[in-house]
Amino acid sequence: MSMTIALAGNPNCGKTTLFNEITGSKQHVGNWPGVTVEKKEGVYKKDREVLILDLPGTYSLSPYSAEEIVARDYIVKERPDLVINIVDGVSIERNLYLTLQIMETGIPMVVAMNMMDEVESRGDRIDCGKLSELLGVPVVPIVARTGKGLQELMTAAIGAAENRTKPHKIDIFDKELAVAIRSIADVLGDKESDENNWRAIKLAEDDEIIGGLVPADKKAAVKELVQVANRAAGGDAQASIADSRYRYIGALVKDCVKKSGRGHVETKSDKLDKILTNRILALPLFAGIMYLLFACTFSENFLFVPGLPSPGVWLAGIVEEAWGGVAENVITVTENLGASEWAVGLVSGCLDGVGAVFGFLPLVLVLFLLMSFLEDSGYMARVAFVMDRIFRHFGLSGRSFIPMLMGFGCSVPALMASRTLESDKDRKITMMITPFMSCGAKLPIYAMFAATLFADSNQTAVVFSVYMLGIVVAVVSALLLNQFAFKSQASNFIMELPQYRIPTLKSVLIHGWEKVKGFAVKAGTVIFASTVLIWFLSNFNFGGMCDMEESLLAAIGNGIKWIFAPLGFADWRASVGVVTGWIAKENIVATFGQLFGNVSEETVEAVMAGEEALPGITEVFDKISAYSYMAFNLLCMPCFAAVGAMKREYGSWKWTLRAVGFQMTAAYVVAFLINVIGNLL
Amino acid sequence: MTLRDLKPGQQGKVAGIGAAGAVKRRIMDMGVTPGVEIKVIKTAPLGDPVEVRVRGYELSLRKDEAAQIQIDM
Repeated sequence: MSMTIALAGNPNCGKTTLFNEITGSKQHVGNWPGVTVEKKEGVYKKDREVLILDLPGTYSLSPYSAEEIVARDYIVKERPDLVINIVDGVSIERNLYLTLQIMETGIPMVVAMNMMDEVESRGDRIDCGKLSELLGVPVVPIVARTGKGLQELMTAAIGAAENRTKPHKIDIFDKELAVAIRSIADVLGDKESDENNWRAIKLAEDDEIIGGLVPADKKAAVKELVQVANRAAGGDAQASIADSRYRYIGALVKDCVKKSGRGHVETKSDKLDKILTNRILALPLFAGIMYLLFACTFSENFLFVPGLPSPGVWLAGIVEEAWGGVAENVITVTENLGASEWAVGLVSGCLDGVGAVFGFLPLVLVLFLLMSFLEDSGYMARVAFVMDRIFRHFGLSGRSFIPMLMGFGCSVPALMASRTLESDKDRKITMMITPFMSCGAKLPIYAMFAATLFADSNQTAVVFSVYMLGIVVAVVSALLLNQFAFKSQASNFIMELPQYRIPTLKSVLIHGWEKVKGFAVKAGTVIFASTVLIWFLSNFNFGGMCDMEESLLAAIGNGIKWIFAPLGFADWRASVGVVTGWIAKENIVATFGQLFGNVSEETVEAVMAGEEALPGITEVFDKISAYSYMAFNLLCMPCFAAVGAMKREYGSWKWTLRAVGFQMTAAYVVAFLINVIGNLL
Repeated sequence: MTLRDLKPGQQGKVAGIGAAGAVKRRIMDMGVTPGVEIKVIKTAPLGDPVEVRVRGYELSLRKDEAAQIQIDM
């Protein structure tokens, strides 16, 4: 394959929809090297085979977030054969700002003028022919959602890439400023190149990253010339450059866009927004939508109908049952082959491991289908808009709400969602406190204790209070971290509120499928490996196979139990539970099932659902130590899969260990306080 | 006066931006540059941030950020 085309555009411009339409199911999702930003590649096959790369959405080539840096680095350093720049015709001015910056790089490009149906329904007209003439690049009108114009777009794109047609060099800047930029480029290299021109503009814009790349012997000369540029621009070249680009766009739009003349017409989106962000209705509607989201995923009594499973739980049940059947047959076959006892044990251990992953997949699927619907429809931006006021008090921005909310489902995708936060401080703090949101896998622990030790009290209230405890600890942590660890770093909230749009089914399905696949691979391998490890540790000691009481796992538990004495549960089995909980939190119940009475798998499942008690645990726990144990497991290090996600997002072990250390400390302190205060009362 | 002083429904022309560094660049990248018409659409339910319309799209920013944007009525 010889040709690579990159898709670039603003967030919410329909870039991903276009990507899905032209590549169909032939996609590959990976990560950009060194960072955690998703790298999406696909193949277009019609006239010839083309590798299509979906760059993260960006407003400008002056980067703010990790995603924007990736997009810019790719365009500038890798220099694809062609860039398709998707422009949202509805907000054409802001979109063309990126277009001009891509043109500055001198890479062949084609503009895809998207949302032409919405433009027309507003009564506006965009003269793509005229715009193409002025910019010197093909401009193709499209409607990505319906596929209209995509054939023409790809023909134009492949043609332009083959001919290497470059965009016009346009004089955007005032003469003096242009001369100053020219002289910076001359210092960077003798012969005129697109790259040096681009870097010169960025240097005049005071771009720290490009500034750091200037060779040491040229630094002084460049610095001087940047000051010349600043003087030429009346003191502030950065402002003047942005201003010049927008002035140029103003002229372009005047020539090429015919407004209906009716001024701003209220769209359906505006009307919907009046309700969804209404002063009185916004918060109740928001609570209702979030309730529905979680009810659809996790509820056993969907829409308050007792016993009616939600779509997520229903699917999970089907998958578990099917897997149970397969597992049973495999074990029977293994036994019939005359395998020894430990081999059968190993096989069944492996099968359980795979089953644990499978059982979780439907929940992740439903959660992400709904989440991506809310995200793509534009509602998530409003959530941030509505919640910002509250989150600012904790030193965060409204956007932190989304990862934290997802944390109630699963920390792994929640931590992955934190990458959309722009401010480094917000991202770091959000990742530290997101695991305090009680994830779905922690619920079985509470269910077990509630059914066994709190049978005489209001079990729902007990479980609810643990959830609330997580939120309170998260808020207090954010305040403390802001106060002491991240002083003086302000966050900002300059964010587009996109038009509401109904996402295409294809986009939502592809998005959901990607997340499920990612989860199955990432969390799946960890859960599988750990299940086998725990099976080994709990069945072996240095003398070979043995009972659980004499196993390596018991020895580990006995060795560390003193640590938990101040928390009220100095017992080796409780300690083992904490350790197996790091593999996957719901493992605690399975571990207790084995260690406190060696109950059957069916019983463990009933205990996880809170339908059955596990009387054995009353040997070790009373109400207070049970609550302390729940709090400790809620707050301490999340499962290894989540730690892996943290490592990827932080990009360093230093920060990952800091976060884990913080979480362990918080867990210990809170559980200690619960134990001490509980016993005083 | 600044953008912060405008009430929902009011509009004005941007005269200048007082912020510095990355915030200023961000504001300008998003199309808030001197001379552009900007209109306050509404305030968030909890009183902050504000939603404005600029260059044909909706942008939200905090009141503190709005206070950095000078406006001519």
